[in-house]
Order: sequence, then C-alpha cells, then structure tokens
Amino acid sequence: MQFARRYRPVRALAFHVPAVLLSIIMIYPLVWMFVSSLKPNEEVFTTVTSLIPSRVVWENYVTGWQSAGRYTYATYFANSFTISFWCTVGGVISSSLVAFGFARIPFAGKKLWFAILMGTMLLPAQVLLIPQYIMFKAFGWINTYLPIILPQCCGVPFFVFLNLQFMRGVPKELDEAAEMDGCGWFQKYLRIMLPLSVPSLITSGIFGFYWSWQEFLQPLIYLSKPRLFPVSIALKMFADPNTQTNWSGLFAMTTLSIVPVVIVFMVFQRYLVEGVATTGLKG
Amino acid sequence: MTAIAMKSTKAYRRKRMRNNLAGYTFLAPWLFGFVAFTSVPMLYSLYLAFTKYDVLSAPQWVGTANFVNMFQDGLFWKSVGITFKYVFILVPLRLAAALGVALILTTKHKGIGIYRTVYYIPSLLGGSVAIAIIWLRLWGSDGAVNGLISLISGSPYTYSWIGNPGTALYSLILLGCWHFGSSMLIFVSGIKQIPVSYYEAALLDGAGPWQRFRYVTFPSLTPVIFFNLVMGIINAFKAFSEALIITDGGPMDSTMLFALYIYKQSFTYFKMGYACALSWILLIIIGIFSALVFRSSNYWVYYEA
Repeated sequence: MQFARRYRPVRALAFHVPAVLLSIIMIYPLVWMFVSSLKPNEEVFTTVTSLIPSRVVWENYVTGWQSAGRYTYATYFANSFTISFWCTVGGVISSSLVAFGFARIPFAGKKLWFAILMGTMLLPAQVLLIPQYIMFKAFGWINTYLPIILPQCCGVPFFVFLNLQFMRGVPKELDEAAEMDGCGWFQKYLRIMLPLSVPSLITSGIFGFYWSWQEFLQPLIYLSKPRLFPVSIALKMFADPNTQTNWSGLFAMTTLSIVPVVIVFMVFQRYLVEGVATTGLKG
Repeated sequence: MTAIAMKSTKAYRRKRMRNNLAGYTFLAPWLFGFVAFTSVPMLYSLYLAFTKYDVLSAPQWVGTANFVNMFQDGLFWKSVGITFKYVFILVPLRLAAALGVALILTTKHKGIGIYRTVYYIPSLLGGSVAIAIIWLRLWGSDGAVNGLISLISGSPYTYSWIGNPGTALYSLILLGCWHFGSSMLIFVSGIKQIPVSYYEAALLDGAGPWQRFRYVTFPSLTPVIFFNLVMGIINAFKAFSEALIITDGGPMDSTMLFALYIYKQSFTYFKMGYACALSWILLIIIGIFSALVFRSSNYWVYYEA
C-alpha cells in the first residue's frame, strides 16, 4: 500500500518520533544489560537509570567468567556450542531428507503421514517430557547430551515444513531431466534438490542454532553435573538472583550469552527475515 | 498386445514399489523419531496418567484417581485460571501490537528496515535465560523501571512489580508482549502481498484510511491473523521457562502457569502419574481452543476465491 507522495516534514516527524520511542523501549532492556555489565558492581543498582557508567570496568567480564562454580564459562560456552552444533546439523540434515520425501516422491500413505507430522507441531512438549525422561533415564542417558541431541536428528517438524515449502517452488522439470539421465531419487536429492535448497537449509540452520542455544528445559532435566552445563543452565544455576552479589559480572555473562545469537542474526539477517515471512515461523 | 500391457503394468508396479521404498527411506529418520520419541512416550504417558508413580518404585495402577484428585486440588484450579488469564490477555495484546506496528512499518518512510530489525531483536532472544534475568532486575523493587518512575515523580518508588501477587503475572505478560516482533514480520509480509489495485479501487470509491483498513487490509490479512492467533494461543499455553526463572511460580503462586505446575509436580515432587494426568489435561485444553479457533475461522477468515 505505497503511494507516491511528496516529502512532507510533519508527516515524517509524526512517523519517526513514535517509531524512535518504540525502538528505545524495545532495545532499552538490552542496552541496560550491556551498560550494567560495564559499571562498577556497587553502582549497578544505585545508579540504576543511568546509562553512562562512572567508569568502564571491563574486568567484570573476567570476574564474571570465573564466577560460576568450579568451572569457568569457557566450559559452559564450549558445552553450548557442542549441543547447538549437533542439534543444528542433525536437525537440518534429517529435516531436509524428510522434506524431500514429502515434496517429490509419490508413495502410499503420504497424506496421512504428512497430517501426522503437522499434528506433532501442535503437541505441547510437556506431554512428552515425563515419559521421555523416564525412558532416557532407563537407557542410562542422564548426564549425556543424547536426550537433547538425538530427537533433533529425527527431523524437526517445523524445519521439514520450511524446507518442503521451499522445495515445492523448485521446478519439477529439473527432476525429469535428471530422470532422463538415469538418476534415482537419492541422486535427484543429492545433485539437484540439495544444492538448490541451500536458502531454506540456512534458514532452518539459523533457527536450529537459536533454539538449541537458548534451550533451557531439556538440559535442566537431563544434566545435573556442572561439567556438562550449557550457558543457559550455568546462568540460571550460578546466577541465582537471590544469592547473587557480583551483579555486573553476571550481566557481563548474560551479555556474552546473547552475542552468538546476535552475530548469527547480523550475518544471516536476510535469510531469517525471508524465512519468517514465507512460512510464518515463530522466532 | 497383452504381453506389452502386462509388461507395462509390471513396470508400473515395480516403479510404484520403488517409489514407496524411496519415500519411506527418506522419511525414515522422522518415522523412527515419531515412533521412539513421540508415539511410544505418549502411550506411556497415557498409561502413567492412571497410575501413582514416584520414579523409585514401580507404577501403581490407581484408575481415575489422578483425575478425580484434580477437582479437589486448589492449586490446579488456580493455575488453570492464571493460565487462561495469561493467554487471553497476552495473545490479543501481542497480536494487536504486532498488527499495529506492521501497519505503520508498511507506510513509505525512511529507515523502515532499521526499525523492523530493532523491533524484531527481542523476539530473537525470546525465552533466553539472559532476558529472564534482566527482566527480573528491571521490574524488581530497586530495578530500572522504578528508577525511572522515581526520576519522573521525584520521590523514591520501590514497589516490587514481580514480588507482588497483584502485578507479577502482568510483568510476565509484558515480557510476552515485548516479543511481538516475529508476528509483526509475518504481518508485514502479509500486508506487502495485498495487491495495490485493491487500494486503488478503494480510493476511487472514495474510501478514507479507516475504510481502506476495514474493507481492504483487514479482510486480506485475516488468514495471517488466523495463523498468528493459533500459534500464539498454543505457545502461550505452553509458556514455562520465563515463569520458572523469573518468579518460580510465586509470589503466592500468582504466576503458577499450568506448564510450570506440571513441571513442579513431576520434577520437584516426583508425582509422575499425577503430572502425566495434568499434561493430558493441558493437551485437551490446547486441543479444544485450537478447534474453536479453527471452527470460528469460517466466520471471519477470508480466503481468496
């Protein structure tokens, strides 16, 4: 709904003033967190509204880094990266395979399975949480990453949907041409669909990374050894707001914990916005 | 002649067999996961819902006792009430914010892209622990919000928004609203897909801005609103980690969202049977509301013919 208009300053002002105000509200908590991470500890709550620290204390990042039990945040960040890496890779590859099956291959029972796949998207995790926990406990998987990673490697319904939507847009003529050349389904997937669906692979990869990086419930239930904690759990466990004293150190770590998310966002912004727009995916 | 026909049906059959084999091979990871990590656990959970089970000793069949007990469990009813309040305030508010901002961001102005990014970033950080910790500090008695109020009013203000049962839930609702960005993006792309010719026609008919919204933008967007509504309701019913980290269900159980109550029953009190029964109630509630929204869509969602 864009109409050509002459430039009118009042109109521009009426737009930009509220837009900037809203931007400030939206971004304020994050700015506050970052600024607080640079303040001297005793100042965090005495100068709570001030967004300019009296002096910039980068050491908060050092003290915060070491302030979480027997291990430093190096351990927790490494754990988070390990979990996120396998969840993302496993989720993207398996979902792409499943999506191709649904997108291209005519097989018996396809409609039924697709309906079930979509249905599982609506299923609240809470229903599966308890039986899965009991099951994985019986397998001896407590204090391993298997309960977190393995289910992801079985295809994530939302990623399947995302890739499927994209694959439907790829012309079928390409498949037919490949068939002339004697390619089977797996060849068609590997040589044609996989290279062409890179954008949807990236979009699902980004979301896979976000979700696994911020995942809280699964690690909370399955991991009890601090050696295995991801950052999210370490922040919760060692940054217990009731016992916390090194506030600026804590804010330094919360700031660091969102840095990977922000970097990925900056780099892949284009894919992300397109992905959200085309599938209606929740971020 | 028949030989050829037979050969072709044979070839056809072989091709169909090959397709079936290929289809199920590609689906194999998901089929395996669906059986191992979804179906079997769900059946097991259904069984556990009729048992008493504390993880240490074997499950004990108690019939419908868990469901009967719910009716006498005051906290169960309270948490259902809190969850409804949370869902029915948060979802419309967030939807309205997302739609309103999306409408503004699709007008022609400079810097739209930057605003869109800024509004989206909070959704990105979604339910992260970092944000929960920050939220707790922002709305605490010595937090930044009170700091700002003190600054404006000139006198120290130390009301604890999160520490008081009257306002704690609203601070969680506000956190949910802060995440309007992803719905906003979906609305923005929806609005951009509305053909300009619709607006031109409306202008020719002398429609003002409100009429253009009421008769062009809104009807064209109803499928998108419907989608956002369904996802919003489902996700709000499942809300959990914010409440766990920020309030832990308190003060005085005023933020005991249903999903959190299930978690407490299972992983704090190890009443696995009861918790499974509760989780089935959650599933049924979500099912009913999704069905209601789907049913209602006949009356207000316009699909282009």
